[in-house]
Amino acid sequence: MENAFLAAFRLIVEMDPVLVGIVTLSLQVSLTAVLLASAIALPLGAAIALWRFPGRGAVIVFLNALMGLPPVVAGLMVYLLLSRAGPLGEFGLLFTPTAMVIAQMVLILPIVAALSRQVIEELWEEYREQLQSLGVTRLRAIPTLLWDARFSLVTVVLAGFGRASAEVGAVLIVGGNISGVTRVMTTAIALETSMGNLALALGLGIILLLLVATVNGLAYVIGETARRRLG
Amino acid sequence: MSQAATPSLLPLELRGVTFRHRDQTLLQPLDLRLERDGKTMIMGPNGAGKSLLMRICHGLLQPTAGSVRWAGAGATPETVRRRQAMVFQRPVMLRRSALANVRYALSVQGVAGSECRRRADEAIEHFGLQAIAQRPARVLSGGEQQRLALARAWALRPEILFMDEPTSALDPAAIRAVEEAVRTFHADGVRIVMNTHDLGQARRLADEVIFLVNGRLVERAPVDDFFERPRTREAAAFVQGELVW
Repeated sequence: MENAFLAAFRLIVEMDPVLVGIVTLSLQVSLTAVLLASAIALPLGAAIALWRFPGRGAVIVFLNALMGLPPVVAGLMVYLLLSRAGPLGEFGLLFTPTAMVIAQMVLILPIVAALSRQVIEELWEEYREQLQSLGVTRLRAIPTLLWDARFSLVTVVLAGFGRASAEVGAVLIVGGNISGVTRVMTTAIALETSMGNLALALGLGIILLLLVATVNGLAYVIGETARRRLG
Repeated sequence: MSQAATPSLLPLELRGVTFRHRDQTLLQPLDLRLERDGKTMIMGPNGAGKSLLMRICHGLLQPTAGSVRWAGAGATPETVRRRQAMVFQRPVMLRRSALANVRYALSVQGVAGSECRRRADEAIEHFGLQAIAQRPARVLSGGEQQRLALARAWALRPEILFMDEPTSALDPAAIRAVEEAVRTFHADGVRIVMNTHDLGQARRLADEVIFLVNGRLVERAPVDDFFERPRTREAAAFVQGELVW
């Protein structure tokens, strides 16, 4: 075990090319998924917060339930969509990084939409009369509220990123864990551990932990300083 | 202000305006006509329906029965929204600078570019807020935020200004500043409609008083008459500082 730790640190310090490749791909996939999912989910969450429509309660319950969607199930759904015989099979996306981005988007979108819905609804409660008095339409209120809730929403988006970068099941199913093509940190850790290559698995594990810790630290610092400075 | 030439929204006519909520009648059928000029104070004990009446006048709430009509020649759906402003008991400021809050309100009304900047600067200056113009609006003191809310309303050049107990959460110095601002609006020809608990404030500012008790319009009178010669038992008790039911 001790040797494995030492070897792991050596891989990190020496910037082992295999390790660097895996970390880079992981970040590319998860960051892309977070950006695309947030671009859809933030306005969607805000719209659900602002509009009253039949079935709104059901939509909210559905979104909240999807926050707990098991990654393997999300992976399976995307697999069925993208497989040769599936509705989107002709694009040949299965076992590519694009497929992994799509699978992670499916996981992140409900989280960002459901949490931003809560944040925006609270803010709308506070702002509604003032904005209506100023003649702000609901459509116009969406960007205003998203901007005013920006510090809380950073935390929401980072929660989505945490979920994306930490899950194994979805990317394993739709990516296939192909070395150098679709192998990311979590799938590599699973594989290397089962093959007894503990050094690489540990090295990746340490980096993944540091990444998650950094992201959470950032979220905390941004939130706190913003609240102090801007009220 | 430049409303002299343009046709007015006012008078505002309320006919049989009623507001019910969950089997409770919060506002009894009420007729009211607000003319072009003056400073009206809406007074009454807690729960009398003062804020409710104001929100219905301003268009934030729809009455459950009756009609609210801007009867002036200048009233169109567009001008009705744009030419009235409201200052709330607790001002709501956006998470941006004081100056940016004023600019935001202007941009919502389609005032853009240099015109927007000029009018925002003018409003900030008019209310003596230059020193805090660049500070984040939400960390300003209550009094500063209320003055900013007034500056924001003033920048919109409204024809009528509704104020819902604008001084009830402020210290005496800030109250003076707000009362000064009310006089500024009035001097600019803006119709003032204000709720207040404060008898002294009503005497200082009002031309006339509308007195509500339990969702009922009990008395409407010029300010001196209301305080010196109240016509109803409720009003007499109220001006003597007694509790009214």
